[in-house]
Amino acid sequence: MELSDRDLALVSTLADGLPLVDRPYLAVGHMVGMSEVEVIERIKAMREAGIIRRFGVIVRHHELGFRANAMAVWDIPDAEVAALGARLGDAPEVTLCYRRPRRLPDWPYNLFCMIHGRDRATVEASIRTLISRHGLDVHPHSVLFSIRRFKQTGARYGRRLAAE
Amino acid sequence: MDKLDQRLLNDFQRDFPLVARPYAALAESLGLTETEVLQRLERLTRNGAVSRVGAVFRPHTVGGSTLAALAAPPEELERVADLVSAYPEVNHNYQREHRLNLWFVVTAPSAEAVQAVLADISARTGLEVLDLPLLEHFHIDLGFDLKWN
Repeated sequence: MELSDRDLALVSTLADGLPLVDRPYLAVGHMVGMSEVEVIERIKAMREAGIIRRFGVIVRHHELGFRANAMAVWDIPDAEVAALGARLGDAPEVTLCYRRPRRLPDWPYNLFCMIHGRDRATVEASIRTLISRHGLDVHPHSVLFSIRRFKQTGARYGRRLAAE
Repeated sequence: MDKLDQRLLNDFQRDFPLVARPYAALAESLGLTETEVLQRLERLTRNGAVSRVGAVFRPHTVGGSTLAALAAPPEELERVADLVSAYPEVNHNYQREHRLNLWFVVTAPSAEAVQAVLADISARTGLEVLDLPLLEHFHIDLGFDLKWN
């Protein structure tokens, strides 16, 4: 799917969020130079193309009492990482699951899982469950709890319109 | 926070209605008025429970992004973290328990722009910045189950 400049402006606006007004797509249309119907059609198309992975209410875990979050990382042989990643990605304990490159010698891990919970003990228990259920104990791993959040905002992908 | 707030937060994280009056559609399923839904969302946004009603994009389809990490000397961590947070391209920035103690996500309109931010941070801090771009994602984003009760 090709994204036009106006689509990119729409992307930028949607990343910031829909306005809380009775006709938000009309309001977004005014900002990006589209009609209300066009905004709705483009969002539908981007959703069907998989460019939009999720469209809806985006909550803040921390403010809702999920105060513990850990990045659990494993060093998985390259031949096994895709199959294992798919299984971990489906696990209810896992919020996000990605393969990323190793950076030796500083960073030997290639599989990353984000795990959120109401407290540290819950997150630790979730990780133990994952390790035993998926036979992960044979692979080197590390758990990086977050200690402090310096910044958390929506991603800024699109280009701003000059008028904004 | 009452039951209706909880449903508002948990039940509409995906497949947000694509109709002219989406908040009226939410109102109907919650037994509220459109105005009440908007007022509740305004309050939940103000108190920080809601980040926004919006879209999560597939990484790298629009622009570029990466996860970056650096090891700041403990006594300089705060200064380095503030320097990193000040970039509009940085949208998450966390201290984590590891020798690599600062982890942040950089998102920009192009892969080159992402690299420029990493290079700039490295030059200004004198610290090596690890670039850990996403190679494959395994999770279907269904939102976050708040498991009320």
